[in-house]
Amino acid sequence: MAEITLKTLAHSYLKTPTSDEDYAIREMNHVWEQGGAYALLGPSGCGKSTLLNIISGLLQPSSGEVLFDGERVNDLPPEQRNIAQVFQFPVIYDTMTVFDNLAFPLRNVGINEEKIREKVHEVADVLELTPQLKRKAKNLTADEKQKVSMGRGLVREDVSAILFDEPLTVIDPQLKWKLRRKLKEIHRRFNITMVYVTHDQLEASTFADKIAVMYEGQVVQFGTPRQLFEEPAHTFVGYFIGSPGMNFLDVQVRDGQLFSGNDVVPVRQRFCNIIADTHSDNIKLGIRPDFIEVHDTPVENGMEVEVVSAQDFGTYSVLSLRFGDVLLKARINEDQSTPKGKAFIRFPQERIGMYVDEYRVEINHE
Amino acid sequence: MSLILENIDHVVNGATHIEGVDLELAPGSFNVLLGRTLAGKTTLMRLMAGLEAPTRGRILMDGEDVTGVSVRRRNVSMVYQQFINYPALNVYENIASPLRLAKVSGGEIDRRVRETAEMLHIEHLLDRYPLELSGGQQQRTAMGRALVKDADVILFDEPLVNLDYKLREELREELNALFTQRNCIAVYATTEPGEALALGGNTAVLHEGRLLQYGRTDDVYHRPRDIQTAEMFSEPPINIVRGNISGSEVSFDNRIRFPINDDLRSLAPGDYRFGVRASHITLERQAADDIEVEMTVDIAEISGSETFLHVHNELFHMTVLLEGVHEFDPDDPVVLYFPTHKVYAFDRQGAVVHIPTHLGGM
Repeated sequence: MAEITLKTLAHSYLKTPTSDEDYAIREMNHVWEQGGAYALLGPSGCGKSTLLNIISGLLQPSSGEVLFDGERVNDLPPEQRNIAQVFQFPVIYDTMTVFDNLAFPLRNVGINEEKIREKVHEVADVLELTPQLKRKAKNLTADEKQKVSMGRGLVREDVSAILFDEPLTVIDPQLKWKLRRKLKEIHRRFNITMVYVTHDQLEASTFADKIAVMYEGQVVQFGTPRQLFEEPAHTFVGYFIGSPGMNFLDVQVRDGQLFSGNDVVPVRQRFCNIIADTHSDNIKLGIRPDFIEVHDTPVENGMEVEVVSAQDFGTYSVLSLRFGDVLLKARINEDQSTPKGKAFIRFPQERIGMYVDEYRVEINHE
Repeated sequence: MSLILENIDHVVNGATHIEGVDLELAPGSFNVLLGRTLAGKTTLMRLMAGLEAPTRGRILMDGEDVTGVSVRRRNVSMVYQQFINYPALNVYENIASPLRLAKVSGGEIDRRVRETAEMLHIEHLLDRYPLELSGGQQQRTAMGRALVKDADVILFDEPLVNLDYKLREELREELNALFTQRNCIAVYATTEPGEALALGGNTAVLHEGRLLQYGRTDDVYHRPRDIQTAEMFSEPPINIVRGNISGSEVSFDNRIRFPINDDLRSLAPGDYRFGVRASHITLERQAADDIEVEMTVDIAEISGSETFLHVHNELFHMTVLLEGVHEFDPDDPVVLYFPTHKVYAFDRQGAVVHIPTHLGGM
């Protein structure tokens, strides 16, 4: 069991990287605390697999340190790091029984058979694999095999952490939630640091207490699922989390008012003040489709928009609304009628995020 | 151009893949084939394309019997799950290839390739080769080839399944817009109810080779003909509980009881199965006649902006779809509210006998 620290870690696959873009991992500091349930979430190519391989020891970082409980492990080979990994595809011995598969990591380090039996039964019990213990692994279903893969990580008491790399890819959609529940149960019971790598926001948010969102080699936010949804720290998080993603408007302050193009966006004065203090001209207002109020008739502090289209999702609709030159998405539920032609929208002030150079600026709403 | 399937059966090596399908697709219509894996979607598309001939029944295009006519002599295009492009040709030539084959003149080819590429937002990639493209761009190229040639019928076989969900979101919406300007029949196969809803148009629900229901997408969703259609066309699946109506009372599994309301009063006493959509169950009371039920959380699956709550009590397991992020731990107790006026009722055979009044009733 361990706390995993990444200290001024960076990695480039090039010998002589020159710019930020040459780095698969840009310099970062990060701590995975002992016993935490974490996810590393990002699109393909964001650097999450590189980071995983650095932690497990399959890859040497270009610079910086990997520490387990404060001890530098950069020079330790994977097998001495005591990291268990569960991959997309089950890694098990087809010709062995489930029992022997689970016992294998323990027999390897010479643990006595009685202790092995005890441990295997304990883990099989949690994973609901007891009825299958005597069966050959090749006769198992995909989800059972994946549970055996997990079990091989759990039997060892010296495991520092378990790394999951898209572990539910091969599982039937109808069974996925059951395995997700199982994973949470395992986490609670074994108190092991777990890091779950995925591109799927549902997998990440369901498993993890805290999620590190990666984008272009950087962790752009490390937060709870609720924080990622309600207060995305970076425009990429706003876009990537939620369906549809967050709306962003390019804005400027002129004469003490906030403008998107030629249109005024009514906001509280403090939003304008904050922007007036920055020197960047990359300023965006972010608002989630879920939080935009849509009205049929003019409202105070509202904005007139043109209703371009509506997608009916059964119990809610997603409207495309033209506001000046931008298209906004707004989600309304089935109890509200879909406006035609013209509509009036309002942004609840506490749901607005302001982004300078793509990062969210803290605004005190008190 | 209309496309009619008449009483189609398709049997391969003694196994029935399609059974008794009647389907009439109107000119210019966008049609979704919704069904699980092996429901018969791909087979039905292959029959529409003429890649296979049905064991029984007729296929009519614009009134003309084309049942035995091969794919080469039908003006159809197909887009597959895998991104299929010519690796040795650049994007421009990939899109142009069906037109070159049809001996369209050079100027016309150029005009149409550029127009199609623009529609698909790949006009800046025309000089690239498929292997230099992202998955989304490769699939756009494949779609370009299907769209460029003014086919009578365009078939999409789960074209977005290998793309990440943000790209899917984008492409779905574009497809929608793309077809409103066209006159051909589009058929789009998917396993995802949410995708069918996003695409709109009409939906045909397929199950085990049979057509359960066909109609406007929102109508099929809101007014399913039977329990199977309701189950196939809902994600998470609609919650089904056994229940009974006796005089003035409704009961679920003989445990949860509530006075009958105006909505259900027209039903005769007897046994029913009741359907409640996951998104209609809430954490807060919405109406006076909502019933309060205590449940235990199995797991809260968080999709980013929504929460799928799996819950159970001693009687049944249910799924609840909540807006926003709600954090629950396994085994947490939770109080939920069921809207009695948003309940569907099905008879013993599974036929729908009550549709919620706010959706128009029966």
